[in-house]
Amino acid sequence: MWTYEKKLQYPVKVSTCNPTLAKYLMEQYGGADGELAAALRYMNQRYTIPDKVIGVLNDIATEEFAHLEMIATMIYKLTKDATPQQLRDAGLAEHYVSHDSALFYNNAAGVPFTAAYIQAKGDPIADLYEDIAAEEKARATYQWLIDVSDDPDLNDSLRFLREREVVHSQRFREAVEILKDERDQKKVF
Amino acid sequence: MNSQPPPFTNVKSYVPFRGPCDPCPPIGRKYFSTPPSLYLGFQPPGLPQFSPADALRKGTLWKVFYDYYDNPYRKGAGKPRG
Amino acid sequence: MDKPYPNDYYKQLEEIQAADFVLVELTLYLDTHPDDGQAIGQYNQFAQYSKQLKRAFESQFGPLQQGSLNSSPNVWEWSKSPWPWQI
Repeated sequence: MWTYEKKLQYPVKVSTCNPTLAKYLMEQYGGADGELAAALRYMNQRYTIPDKVIGVLNDIATEEFAHLEMIATMIYKLTKDATPQQLRDAGLAEHYVSHDSALFYNNAAGVPFTAAYIQAKGDPIADLYEDIAAEEKARATYQWLIDVSDDPDLNDSLRFLREREVVHSQRFREAVEILKDERDQKKVF
Repeated sequence: MNSQPPPFTNVKSYVPFRGPCDPCPPIGRKYFSTPPSLYLGFQPPGLPQFSPADALRKGTLWKVFYDYYDNPYRKGAGKPRG
Repeated sequence: MDKPYPNDYYKQLEEIQAADFVLVELTLYLDTHPDDGQAIGQYNQFAQYSKQLKRAFESQFGPLQQGSLNSSPNVWEWSKSPWPWQI
């Protein structure tokens, strides 16, 4: 089971009322390479991977849910007091007519989340290589978000999240090395 | 000849092909990241760490993974850091 | 939220976030380096330290976790203090 801690993993500050940035951030909320996709992917793959690397999948999946909460906090803060007109100017009119300012698992273009974004192949190497790719794609998404954002406080939190992708990528790469290692394989000829 | 190899950087770049009919002014160089996790291999024990406060701020406990990112296309942006 | 929280709230919270971040990092590291006794020692040290910080914070600002003590006999403090996205 999971227990909730009433705190964010990293402080989220937003300096300007800018619903346009909220729209962009939805890419990391309900997008193909976003935090929801990452969390669900690893959490689901952990059942069918050798014991030696279950912990990596379990614990990174758990951290991704904390990142999802950070992204949600950013979107919430950037839109909570925005008027319908402000949301329209930000390109969020389509979002507003369906959701008001409620959060929804969409990507930045309004495409709803789908499980088709993620895979569980059951082959440990195939799954871990997908996970490494997922981390690099999420890292790249954070870079493009930092490139189009001019909010220094928001960028500070986005840099934290980007750096986490670098560390996660490292751990998945190590997981591959652990599975490649032959030390405790009994060779039968 | 005393040419030294250029210093290592985690930001790589290339110049995209320029066609005779491309409508936009050239962007110059395109940049991409090659973060430390691509080079380290299996992390050896005992690597230098940040203090807890700095680790949180930077997003990594171990210094070797720290890879600051800034928009490389921004006007007046300094040279990408290594 | 009626009034802004005191600076001390944010300061203490960030100390907890820093201690817990060290724990997250060591956890992922130990998942791939389960035999590193030095890292296990550091992990235990920060696990203790984090508990200590949380106990001090919770006595002032209310529970952080399910399972924490509710110090008031008749007010459910869990849903009284602000949520992370509200502060």
